[in-house]
Amino acid sequence: MKEMINIALPKGRLGEKVYDMLERAGYGCPSIKENNRKLIFEDEKNGVRYFWVKPSDVTIYVEHGAADVGVVGKDILLEYSPDVYELLDLKLGKCRMAVAGYKGANKNSDRTLRVATKFPNIAGRYFDSLSREINIIKLNGSIELAPILGMSDVIVDIVETGTTLRENNLSVLEEIVDISARFISNKASFRFKNAAIEKMCERLTEELGSKDANK
Amino acid sequence: MKQSKTSDKIIPKLLELYRSFGCEKFKMKRFEEYDFYLENKSFLKSENIIAFSDGFGRLLALKPDVTLSIVKSTGTEAVGVRKVYYNEFVYRAAGDTHEIKEIPQVGLEYIGELDRYSECEAILLAAKSLSTISRDCTLDISHLGFVGGLLDEVSADSSVKEQLLRCIGSKNRHGIADICKEAGIDTKLGEIISEVAVLRGPLDRTLEKAESLAVNDAMKKSLEELEAICKPVTDNSSVSINLDFSIVNDMSYYNGVIFQGFVNGISTSVLSGGRYDLLMSKLGKKAGAIGFAVYLDQIELAARSEREYDCDMLVLYDDQSDTAAVMKTVSEYAAEGLTVAAKKCADSTRARECCRVIGKEVTIVEGND
Repeated sequence: MKEMINIALPKGRLGEKVYDMLERAGYGCPSIKENNRKLIFEDEKNGVRYFWVKPSDVTIYVEHGAADVGVVGKDILLEYSPDVYELLDLKLGKCRMAVAGYKGANKNSDRTLRVATKFPNIAGRYFDSLSREINIIKLNGSIELAPILGMSDVIVDIVETGTTLRENNLSVLEEIVDISARFISNKASFRFKNAAIEKMCERLTEELGSKDANK
Repeated sequence: MKQSKTSDKIIPKLLELYRSFGCEKFKMKRFEEYDFYLENKSFLKSENIIAFSDGFGRLLALKPDVTLSIVKSTGTEAVGVRKVYYNEFVYRAAGDTHEIKEIPQVGLEYIGELDRYSECEAILLAAKSLSTISRDCTLDISHLGFVGGLLDEVSADSSVKEQLLRCIGSKNRHGIADICKEAGIDTKLGEIISEVAVLRGPLDRTLEKAESLAVNDAMKKSLEELEAICKPVTDNSSVSINLDFSIVNDMSYYNGVIFQGFVNGISTSVLSGGRYDLLMSKLGKKAGAIGFAVYLDQIELAARSEREYDCDMLVLYDDQSDTAAVMKTVSEYAAEGLTVAAKKCADSTRARECCRVIGKEVTIVEGND
């Protein structure tokens, strides 16, 4: 029997784009497009088994070896520092991690800055590097609400187009780091399924190259 | 089945292996003074030390590590090579849940006037430890002198070098390229760092490539050392040994050869070690040291997920069964080396085979239902 590669994909738009890219690279699995409640999709011919998980859980599946490889945003890698190999930048889902808020909200250096975020580690490290005293308020969603209600001075969050910010009179105040989707691998799988994973990397790199050429 | 041995079966074999190579057992106490760990915090795998105070108000810690204590117990001046092994529990608070964990750990340390032979022997024992756990395993080996020598070529401050080292550790080529671009590091040097990060394979297939990447004497010397060490180890064990420079560790403690062991079916490394002369000198010892630890908690987890049966033989009996006959049946199967469970009804017991004692007669039952 052919050895299967288990792939964890992030649920949502990014995950779908990534799947399309994998399909073009020769790792198609037609059943994944069927509209049903199945959780795992297999294609024996191409030697792949896909499953959709919450984006922030991809690294957990890969770290525990339930998935050999996976695709995850750099934001998640920076936040949780999982013990995995980061093999490729897929250049999909490009966005920025930024400090945002009302104009000038980050300027008052005479008091502790209140920062609302889903990414306390990234925010903490960033303001540490500036030696700035902050108070982190950990939220799980609708981060933009915090400065509007006066719960925080600024937010640290992912900014894609900036539309949500603009519609609420908020703007990007400082840019922290560029984010995009990364192809990651479990460290043990990388050793015991090395040929298959290296092959996948190679084909994805080719796919990336041809995409660049079409631009 | 890939992995069916539990750590209960593996530990005695490992200890016997170390004894047979003339190592002595090191038994340590459960706590040390907290300050001792605080001073060497970055040597520890985890920062979450569990501390408490004793009756005199001294702050103590449940030992998070064994190596430090063994080094501490070594005399300042080394005479010959002290070879010790241990079978201990270490204590850590889990990062995400803050739960206190007791982790079984077996390990080995060679301390003193280390020469090439004793260094090779320690690594041979690491390889043999792995093959005790599973035949399908790999020992991946690196030399910090090689990676360190390469980073010496980089003219940038230490934080940039740290970032580069982290990228090498995660085989992150695009990350290396980004850092080099940002810090204005020569693109050619950047490419070499990238190549070093992803180079992996048996020594005979990778050495030539590694030689072509060695840009200074420190790197060349490290490769010569690696070659001299790997050859005798490869010749004397069945374990596949691979060069992999993405194996990195704290350069303020470790200096020479470092290695990690992986077993097919276990998602993280099960063995980790290396040469740590710098820790020795930090603790005021004039001696060399090499050692490794085997993480038995990982093996335990894998063994649990692979278990298909609760027992090999289920012996069913009822009120009419002859007790002596039941006992005889159980004893006979147990003597054959099977695990046996005697029960009145099967319930949810998953057994490989099943038999029933009716009166004094024993009959094999087809299927377990």
